[in-house]
Amino acid sequence: MSVMTYREAVARGLREEMRRDKNVYILGEEVGVWGGAYAVTRGFLDEFGPERVRDTPIAEMAIAGCAIGSAMMGMKPVAELMTINFAILALDQIGNHAAKLHHMFNGQITCPIVVRTAAGWGQLAATHSQSLEVWFAHLPGLKVVMPGTPADACGLIKAAIRDPDPVVFIENSKLYNRKDEVPDAEYLLPIGKSDIKRRGRHITLVSWGRMIHETLDAAEQLKAEGVEAEVIDLRTLRPLDFEPVAASVRKTNRAVIVEEGWLSFGVGAELAARIQEECFDHLDAPVGRVAALEVPLPYSKPLEAMCIPGAPQIIAAAKKTLYRG
Amino acid sequence: MLLDSHTARAWYRQMRLIRVFEERAAQEYAKGHIGGFCHLYIGQEAVAVGAFAALQPQDHIITHYREHGHAIARGMDINGVMAELFGKATGVTGGRGGSMHLVDKDLHFWGGHAIVGGHLPIATGIAFGLKQQGGDGVVLCIFGDGASNIGMFHESLNLAAVWKLPVIFLCENNRYGMGTAVARASAVTNIRDKAQAYNIPGTDVDGQDPEAVYETMQNAVSHARAGKGPVLVEAETYRFVGHSMGDPERYRTKEERKEWQDHGDPINRFRRSLEERAIVTAEEFAGMDAEVDQQVEAAARFAHESPFPAGETLHRHIYVESAGGQP
Repeated sequence: MSVMTYREAVARGLREEMRRDKNVYILGEEVGVWGGAYAVTRGFLDEFGPERVRDTPIAEMAIAGCAIGSAMMGMKPVAELMTINFAILALDQIGNHAAKLHHMFNGQITCPIVVRTAAGWGQLAATHSQSLEVWFAHLPGLKVVMPGTPADACGLIKAAIRDPDPVVFIENSKLYNRKDEVPDAEYLLPIGKSDIKRRGRHITLVSWGRMIHETLDAAEQLKAEGVEAEVIDLRTLRPLDFEPVAASVRKTNRAVIVEEGWLSFGVGAELAARIQEECFDHLDAPVGRVAALEVPLPYSKPLEAMCIPGAPQIIAAAKKTLYRG
Repeated sequence: MLLDSHTARAWYRQMRLIRVFEERAAQEYAKGHIGGFCHLYIGQEAVAVGAFAALQPQDHIITHYREHGHAIARGMDINGVMAELFGKATGVTGGRGGSMHLVDKDLHFWGGHAIVGGHLPIATGIAFGLKQQGGDGVVLCIFGDGASNIGMFHESLNLAAVWKLPVIFLCENNRYGMGTAVARASAVTNIRDKAQAYNIPGTDVDGQDPEAVYETMQNAVSHARAGKGPVLVEAETYRFVGHSMGDPERYRTKEERKEWQDHGDPINRFRRSLEERAIVTAEEFAGMDAEVDQQVEAAARFAHESPFPAGETLHRHIYVESAGGQP
């Protein structure tokens, strides 16, 4: 095991795959000379050269479309769309094209692209502070991966590059400096598999992406009050690995879903519906949801801090679900 | 240009095949055998036939949703195309894509695409893939005048120019984006002039003349194949039918359309020219017309007799099957 940042873990996965397969290339804004807006691809231009590390104009639709066309030709593009707020400019290419081509053309065309993008916030105001994973997770044909730890990021970016389908790989700007252990040997994780990050028997907490850390903090604090929470990290939103969630809820009889995005029509809404469909007789309380306040995020620090939930809100929701004061 | 008799007959036959195919599609649509949106290519046949004649097998095509004529010009099996319009299992995408999404990977025909302008960025990627793989193929990307106002047009021409990608952007200017005349929608009414913004050659051609289209396209293809980057070609043409089925055509006069039909019909014009130049005989025309009628009749019969796709195929190909996973 080596300790590395989330940034280094993504970079390691990308570098290993580029060394392994000459068809893998990176394109996006500032990925080359600059080294990536979040410095993930720093040094890549020197190692792999300008043919494989391609700076593009600020043109998200062209970046995504170029990735799609080259993937149809047998290449393995990794398109970096600097933040998820800009990624939605490419929603036509990702949603109307990448997600559809294989099915609509009856299997004749494959579209093995990876779209890397970053959610996150931090006094960036409304247009730069969104968690829009649900926009992509809604679409059949896409795979949507959202790792929260360095090891998961390393193992899943490698799997995303090897995957024959279009994968939207959502990082988080607030995670890039977070350190943790990553196995030294080559590390691949399956897309579409959740991970039980903490075992417990009183309540099931489900999260993904950056919020997995807030959720684990909450679980640790709940332990001091005698509550053993089970924490499931979805890691992939589509295809959703629901069975481990159902199995956990059948054991604990209680669930709280924790997300960084907005409450209405979110991933938590889908999960709560699935839990009541499949675990209705096992539930001892309504499914709880913790999510962002339904406002565009403001710049001002105290106002912004009101919007995104953390461990205190998760603990409160867990206690409500446990009927504890 | 000097046109040999063999080529002349092939082009005439192909234009005629597109016309008769489209007329039959309109009839089948009226009877309810074809549904959804169906955009016919009647009036624009010379663009497809002239342009595709300038391509080689190693070249690639990506196009818009008024693409029955393009598919036929590239040599797609018309039985499969007609069956696709009928939504049948024997259609080129097994009834999944319909009229607007014809595809044949073996012919490098990467689809009709139905989001206006949405395939232009993809064209740049196909070209980039070709360039990286070191072949001398080029990409023909076809779109309408309406698409030249969408952001993706500009992003794609710019990227193709900056990266010197081998793409021929062929605009079929049929004067109306759906029902909006070019001058009502575009500040620059000569679409070819938009090439100047990206420092690439822009040229126009009479889209009702297959020989002119062929010659212009030959130059464009040579330019792209030589590694000199993209080209924009504007073919000036006209559709003799509505935008899609059931278009009341309030945006143009009957007189305007009749003028084009009387004096700008690409098939009549080409036929007259070949007769005047004594390149093709009246008997040869009659023979070809009869063959084409039979071929389209057979395609319609094939489509009628084919089964609809089985319900259990619906969930196939959401993901690549070897990868597993549920949607």
